[in-house]
Amino acid sequence: MTTILERVHSGRQAVGERWRGAPRWVRWALLAAVIVFFYALPNKEFYQYLGPIPTPGANFTQVLFTISIYVLLAVGLNIVVGFAGLLDLGYFGFFAVGAYTVAVLTSPSSDIKTLWPWLLVVPIAIALTMVSGVMLGTPTLRLRGDYLAIVTLGFAEMIRIAAVSSEFLKGQRGFNQIPHPPGQYADGKPVFGVLDARPYYWLVLTLIILVVIGVRNLTRSRVGRAWVSIREDEDAAQLMGVPTFKFKLWAFASGAAVAGLAGALFAGKQNFVNSQNFELLNSIIILAAVIFGGSGNIVGAIVGGGLVAYMIERFRSIELFGIELYEYRFLVFGLVLVVMMIFRPQGLIPNRRRAAEFKDRRKEVIVGE
Amino acid sequence: MDFNELFSNFGELTTTGLTIGAIYALVALGYTLVYGVLRLINFAHSEVFIAGAFAAIWTWGAFGLNQDSNVTGFGAIVFYLLIAMLVAALASAATATVVERVAYRPLRKRNAPPLAFLITAIGASIAISEAFGIYTRRLPESGPRLVSQDPLFHVFGVPINPVQLLTIGGALLMMILLDMFINRSRVGRGIRAVAQDPNTAALMGVNKDRIILMVFVVGGAMAGVAGLLYDVRIQTLTYSVGFLLGLKAFTAAVLGGIGNLRGALLGGLLLGLVENYASAVFGTNWKDFAAFAVLVVLLMFRPTGLLGESLGRARA
Repeated sequence: MTTILERVHSGRQAVGERWRGAPRWVRWALLAAVIVFFYALPNKEFYQYLGPIPTPGANFTQVLFTISIYVLLAVGLNIVVGFAGLLDLGYFGFFAVGAYTVAVLTSPSSDIKTLWPWLLVVPIAIALTMVSGVMLGTPTLRLRGDYLAIVTLGFAEMIRIAAVSSEFLKGQRGFNQIPHPPGQYADGKPVFGVLDARPYYWLVLTLIILVVIGVRNLTRSRVGRAWVSIREDEDAAQLMGVPTFKFKLWAFASGAAVAGLAGALFAGKQNFVNSQNFELLNSIIILAAVIFGGSGNIVGAIVGGGLVAYMIERFRSIELFGIELYEYRFLVFGLVLVVMMIFRPQGLIPNRRRAAEFKDRRKEVIVGE
Repeated sequence: MDFNELFSNFGELTTTGLTIGAIYALVALGYTLVYGVLRLINFAHSEVFIAGAFAAIWTWGAFGLNQDSNVTGFGAIVFYLLIAMLVAALASAATATVVERVAYRPLRKRNAPPLAFLITAIGASIAISEAFGIYTRRLPESGPRLVSQDPLFHVFGVPINPVQLLTIGGALLMMILLDMFINRSRVGRGIRAVAQDPNTAALMGVNKDRIILMVFVVGGAMAGVAGLLYDVRIQTLTYSVGFLLGLKAFTAAVLGGIGNLRGALLGGLLLGLVENYASAVFGTNWKDFAAFAVLVVLLMFRPTGLLGESLGRARA
């Protein structure tokens, strides 16, 4: 068992060394190839040659859109959990805020009947989610980490209950006829239609690339260094003059903003939003994705988000010994979380610094164990 | 907003609130005990409760009781209650032990950061809850109506029924027993010592691992009894109710001051009352919302809870 693990480990390390040792142009070329692959993926002419990868149970382009939303959310949550080390269990709540903002301001079935176009509402949705992030963060970020986790969980549940119960948010009936993103082809057909999910997927993919560039720059700046210092040792960071509260709030708000964007995109694609879109388990799935991929590492978060969302969809319509695998998806997630934390807390593609933190702590002496 | 509803039914809202609050309090004890000793929110505790609740219902099922059976005779009822309580407490304690051994102990051994514990706890919680969900095909299980819910007597015009008496009385009794156990027994002294300073306690010869296991077992047994009382009161059980109840019990523990045993009782009863009053004023849909709002507001103004953190006391 250990030898296999070690072999896998050394193999992966060799890949990592190779990647870091490669000339710059090779890395760029590889990255470009990966990006081109993902842009090409939703075309049937392309994915039909990919063997077992497309999902048999559902339309593969639709599935790709769902996966892309999960990846975007994972990238956002990675800022909060991975960089700043704050455990946010209610991240999907911000997604809900984003989606509902779009729904309320654009849908003809909403009570205020503003009927604004989608594009105008997106920045408002992002701003509102940021504000809700700050509102939630201000009282709770002063507390210990695990209190924050529970309060965020409570927050997401409050949003869900409000969505179910309040007249204004329509509950199960929901909002319909939410406008799609704008744009027309030369022949007058809208780019973002009802049947074809490809344009939406491409839109989200493009936004993911932009967000990743933004987050990457942010983490290499003063802000990113402050986040890492808070994650490693909050007290030490404070003593060194890092305004920890301010930067924690920043991380919380940036993460929320990304979730708000994802929510707005979701509402624009789906055209319908109701209270059933926001089950609490979704927050946990995204958290599992980030941890699974490797929190603190953007590539890890992307891979984790993609793999987890893909696995859920791939489980659909697979039967093993006469039982539907899809039924077991959450059971599998729970077990994956436990096993990952015990055997590989740094995730599949770890952030090297964070992996070192875990290793460091292991060496500290504990009495009586 | 409907304050008439609140004032006209104030007495009944109070008694039902105290009943559900007593169940919260028993579950909150588990959170408080584990938190007091390990400084860890045992997120999987809600599933420990569910395990006990299912065990009680299935025990009755094994005796051939279902929702239609009509049990008469005081002796028979007491027998069924006691046997179900025993099985539920054992099942919950066993679940808690498994969670401790599988999910927490390996992490403790390698001194993992606190958030790692919370993540394994969530994982364990989902896995157990889903296992019950798959086993019951996500359908509710029903149990017999052992204790009558017809009013037994009136206090100031407020009807009191046997279920309420049993729940509140049972919860209080368990509390008193636990309080005595922690403050008088040898193991209890060990628990207090580890809560105060784990390393020093270990140096003084307290077997830390055994004490931690005991904490999970005792907290689990309390949750098992809570599961039984829940079954007696509601008679049906779905695999997913544990999550919400667990979250509320945690709120109750924080409300009273987490790590503080008497605080858990106070917090549970108060939370039961608050959410019942809120549901009368704002409508039943908003009941859970009120409970979480209490949590958020509380953490804003008094994160140590009403009675403050104690059990160990000395640790900041």
